[in-house]
Amino acid sequence: MNLKFFIPILTLFLFVSCKQDHQLTKIVGKRLDINDSLTGQQSIEDFIKPYRENVNKNLDSVISYAVDTYSKSDGELNTAIGNLMADAVMEQTNPVFNSRTNNDIDLVLLNHGGIRSILSKGNVTTRAAYQIMPFENSVVVVDLKGVYVLELVDYLKRSKRAHPISGMKLILDENDNIIEVTINGNIIDTERIYHIATNDYLYGGGSGMTFFQKKDSVHVLDYKIRNVLIDYFTKKDTLNPVIDNRFTRN
Amino acid sequence: MKRRAFIQQTAASTALVTLGSLGLQSFSSKTKKITILHTNDVHSHIDPFGPDDGRNANKGGVARRASLVESIRKNNPNTLLFDAGDIFQGTPYFNYYGGELEFKLMSMLKYDCATIGNHDFDNGIEGLYAQLPHAKFDFISANYDFSNTVLDTHVKPYKTFVKDGIKIGVFGLGIELNGLVLASQFKETKYLNPIEISQDMARILKDDEKCDLIICLSHLGYNYKNNDQKASDLTLARATKDIDLIIGGHTHTFLPKPTIEKNSDDKNVLVNQVGCYGLYLGQVDFYFDSNKNKSADGASIIV
Repeated sequence: MNLKFFIPILTLFLFVSCKQDHQLTKIVGKRLDINDSLTGQQSIEDFIKPYRENVNKNLDSVISYAVDTYSKSDGELNTAIGNLMADAVMEQTNPVFNSRTNNDIDLVLLNHGGIRSILSKGNVTTRAAYQIMPFENSVVVVDLKGVYVLELVDYLKRSKRAHPISGMKLILDENDNIIEVTINGNIIDTERIYHIATNDYLYGGGSGMTFFQKKDSVHVLDYKIRNVLIDYFTKKDTLNPVIDNRFTRN
Repeated sequence: MKRRAFIQQTAASTALVTLGSLGLQSFSSKTKKITILHTNDVHSHIDPFGPDDGRNANKGGVARRASLVESIRKNNPNTLLFDAGDIFQGTPYFNYYGGELEFKLMSMLKYDCATIGNHDFDNGIEGLYAQLPHAKFDFISANYDFSNTVLDTHVKPYKTFVKDGIKIGVFGLGIELNGLVLASQFKETKYLNPIEISQDMARILKDDEKCDLIICLSHLGYNYKNNDQKASDLTLARATKDIDLIIGGHTHTFLPKPTIEKNSDDKNVLVNQVGCYGLYLGQVDFYFDSNKNKSADGASIIV
């Protein structure tokens, strides 16, 4: 036996046995809290600081003034803050839609649950728009035949919630039957195509709004709801929305 | 002549014994520890919640997470840090900087890799692509086929790491985007069946890559009680084998400790998820022994 012959075999043997040798013997799992008992790493704090200051400067810039505090729970079938949002979408997006299609938006429909915060009395900042609309949803305009607009009306009747609308008037009796429904003052023509502005979430069936899928076509405006609010607030010196008669019960 | 042969033989066997025992000493007695740290659904939460927050007062914060991660790494250099997706969206930092700050901070914290959540498409697939230069860590996804998109070649199905001689394989999984993300955002990203892909991945990582530890970074969601047909971390755990740990996300599930499931081989697999917004850091330590007399399924789990 030669030693020189032995060592390579031995090395190979050891290598192979090492490779196969890692035996998992114990696993320990736990959850660690990240809270104020920890001191933040200074280099990270320093890195964030200029970003934070820039964002805050922008968010805290005053862009309008609110006469009162408005909440989505003030009002049964329409609310001042919901009317403000729907009217803002109508006013801001109709020029965009019209310039592209030569048509006007007939109706705006948003959802009550999409109003994520109150609008507080006093100075209105960009931050308020982020609080009311933290999501990235954008405006789409859906071309919907009148017969399916009636399904939309039926949805509003059944849900009995103050979903923000603009352009429509809907009156229910005490048993929630429809007494009157008009769009821009006219009764709904089941054969006509209506141009309905909403957001991409609702268009996709969010909040149970399945009727949008019966559309003829859809126009994507690439205009975020939040930016609609920021632009609208910036344009208006004072915000003074009211509960009105657009959706009521007699 | 005979005597000379005897001496040679003796010398050889002595060498064998010496080398053998040296070998045993250097390999067998040492216990190796691999620490896995993880976050999910941080959603652009960079600053801690303020003292007046109704739900998460004084919790979270990237700078604090950095301190915690650093102290754990100091304690065990064989540490890996992962994120299971939805890095983007949730605070104005994302709206103003499009994810740049999130990626830069994760790079400073030395994240090792991350998978892609549905909200990471919120600025479109181009928006994610545009921020990739700010990430010094890799994105992995095995069931999104990006070949017809700008992300082609920028996202790998899996990654392997070697720490202290232990080979760790990590693969990524994403949730079905249809119905969750607008098609105009994810473009031609193809969603592939995560269960089938995971079976392939586990085989590749075990047999081809010879990994000692296999981890899945999943954005599928923990569990869908009302829809058991929908792929989730729990259905994945049961339908696959050879995966040691599934790090989950998407459902913002706050697990106080990892869930232990039985895989298709009736072996244990851990499923963990730490809620959202960077309120917690998950830690799973794996201990390896090189004593080859140990039986194959003897790992004790302490959670």
